[in-house]
Amino acid sequence: MAAYDADSSAGGDLAYDPNFVPDSVKTFVVHLYRQIRDKNVYEIHQMYEGSFNRLTDRMFRESPWPTAEAVAPYVDGDHVFCLLYREMWFRHVYARLTPTPKQRVESWDNYCSLFGVVLHGVVNMQLPNQWLWDMVDEFVYQFQSYCQYRAKLKNKTEEELQLLRNFDQAWNVYGVLNYLQALVEKSNIIQILEREKEGLEQFTVDNGYDYQGGSNVLKMLGYYSMIGLLRVHCLLGDYRTGLKCMAPIDLSQQGVYTNVIGSHISTIYHYGFANLMLRRYGDAIREFNKMLLYILKYKQYHQKSPQYDQILKKNEQMYALLAVCLSLCPQQKLVDENVSTQLKEKYNDKMTKMQRYDDEASTVYDELFSYGCPKFITPSAPVLDEPLTNYNQEAYRLQLKMFLFEVKQQQLLAGIRSFLKIYSTITVTKLAQFMDVDEATLRTILMTYKHKMHSTDNDGKIVSNADIDFYVDDDTVHVVEAKPTKRFGDYFLRQILKFEEMISELEKVQLD
Amino acid sequence: MAKEAQQQVSYTVEELVAVNPYNPDILADLENYVNEQVSSQKYSLDANLCLLRLYQCEPERMSPPIVARILIKALMAMPAQDFSLCLFLIPEQVQSEEQFKTLIVLSHYLETARFRLFWDEVAKNRSLLESVPGFQQAIEAYAVHVLSLIYQKVPRAVLAEAINKEGLALDQFLEYHVANSGWAIEKSQGRSQLIVLPPNEFNHPELKKNASDSVSYEHVTRIFPVLS
Repeated sequence: MAAYDADSSAGGDLAYDPNFVPDSVKTFVVHLYRQIRDKNVYEIHQMYEGSFNRLTDRMFRESPWPTAEAVAPYVDGDHVFCLLYREMWFRHVYARLTPTPKQRVESWDNYCSLFGVVLHGVVNMQLPNQWLWDMVDEFVYQFQSYCQYRAKLKNKTEEELQLLRNFDQAWNVYGVLNYLQALVEKSNIIQILEREKEGLEQFTVDNGYDYQGGSNVLKMLGYYSMIGLLRVHCLLGDYRTGLKCMAPIDLSQQGVYTNVIGSHISTIYHYGFANLMLRRYGDAIREFNKMLLYILKYKQYHQKSPQYDQILKKNEQMYALLAVCLSLCPQQKLVDENVSTQLKEKYNDKMTKMQRYDDEASTVYDELFSYGCPKFITPSAPVLDEPLTNYNQEAYRLQLKMFLFEVKQQQLLAGIRSFLKIYSTITVTKLAQFMDVDEATLRTILMTYKHKMHSTDNDGKIVSNADIDFYVDDDTVHVVEAKPTKRFGDYFLRQILKFEEMISELEKVQLD
Repeated sequence: MAKEAQQQVSYTVEELVAVNPYNPDILADLENYVNEQVSSQKYSLDANLCLLRLYQCEPERMSPPIVARILIKALMAMPAQDFSLCLFLIPEQVQSEEQFKTLIVLSHYLETARFRLFWDEVAKNRSLLESVPGFQQAIEAYAVHVLSLIYQKVPRAVLAEAINKEGLALDQFLEYHVANSGWAIEKSQGRSQLIVLPPNEFNHPELKKNASDSVSYEHVTRIFPVLS
């Protein structure tokens, strides 16, 4: 198993003895094992988030935890517990140290075993959703990391190349996708969500937990795997399929995905990014806005959490992507005031530049896109003969190139917008004069504007993203200001429910 | 063995894509399906994306003629964004091959409504495009769609350039749409014809339903307990 290689250059304490189990670790695993057997989810969560991190900070800042073999005797050699422990073990190595190539492969093996056990339906535990989310999240992260790792062939040693040759199945893309897909299917999560709409399931109400003595593990892994699939497809550049994988989850409402902040952010970030690439700027802006507002309000509660840094990073990335969306599709009214203020602070200059659509604008689009985008991967296996090159940037360069090409196609539209803001009617001839182009070109620009500002949704319907709209009557352009729409329906619904709640509270009050 | 073969055949390609998409063994089926789409004028974006993903994972198995056909079918699906969706999955080196460069240029012209340049380029690449039946009509439909987004009344010359028809062919086209699609023809002061396109929410903004204020059924059900 994972023998921590004291000779490897992957950093760490040469005095580390993988088989030495300090007393505090002994106590930790014994307690954790017992809590898992007794299905005390709350205690498990405390140990998982609290004790594990405290012990890490105290004793394992620069070295791995004791191996699973070393702790096995204290937990009756329980096979499943060891798989879980090992998963945490590898996650710690990735987070605090640098995994050796061998460790990367061994972690893959561990995930295969762990998921294998879960898929065979023999797991009867209840684990905290945070843990189950972390498993899926880490699984995808390690896959991404491995693709990046093996795409950098230039400075690899012969030993590393040999490892790649021998373990060519480790982290192969089909395997990863098929595990996620299998978890989705075996858990029946899609049917569960469907039945929930008809009131036949309590999934969301119970936050995925099983209060009838069963297990939440397969169900929740299936649920989180949908988000995992969205993420993997985004990394591959297949945005449409990614969104399809997420379709069973209704993003317009709270759901199980919002209860663990990591899964909430990952969902919205990837959903928004996919919509950006699909030119559905309106949808992207709306979702980014909601998420950023949420983080603004609630991030203080997560300051002590080990995910805090990740939350802040994704927050910044989403602001960058929001700036990009708003520059391509100026729909300021979709953005909340507080988010807007933050956005202006960070990106006011850059947004002004981007809306100019010249070469400088291209540079800014490049910068913000590169900062905000996911770490794309090349899924194919490396070609291990000479000459060895680094191709880890290829996938990113392709997506960037396509994005900037799209931006360039929209370059002509900036000029149009400023004129449409001023005039309510103007002839085609006059407008062409103002824009310093001939009439035919102007008509082309008008058509491009309309085409680009309308996107096709999943059902093939054309949806407008335009803030300023117009129509043409032979040779006159009539500008139509989009009226801001007030959502009365939603507001009344919310108030009705709120008042009902208040009234029933008041009715409970007994006056002496 | 024979029974297994029968079971294989009973899965349609669409089912394969829905149920078992991450499976390199279905590559041949997907390729055949592309050819089927071309010959019978059907189209399935999901199946084609599935194939492009498989090519992404195993670049040695990629077939340029199949990819070209996928891209042409995607062009025909405009205004849907299928062409870019496919390009996102095709590596840069492949995109720089001659036939793909041509297709990208064609897509660029269509995206920026440069119809005259588009049809000129099509004329130069007849052999590539004529292999896919229905191409001409699909692009004409896209052109009409874009015009309907903006024009209440479009000058004959603009329409002519967009669909690459003149004279008798154009007259026949107009006749057909006047009879079947609610078009009308007007005479504009001294100049040539004006084609009146049917009103829709894009060229007649007053027709736009204020959809954002409608409340979904699911949300209304939340207050049923209160109302009772």
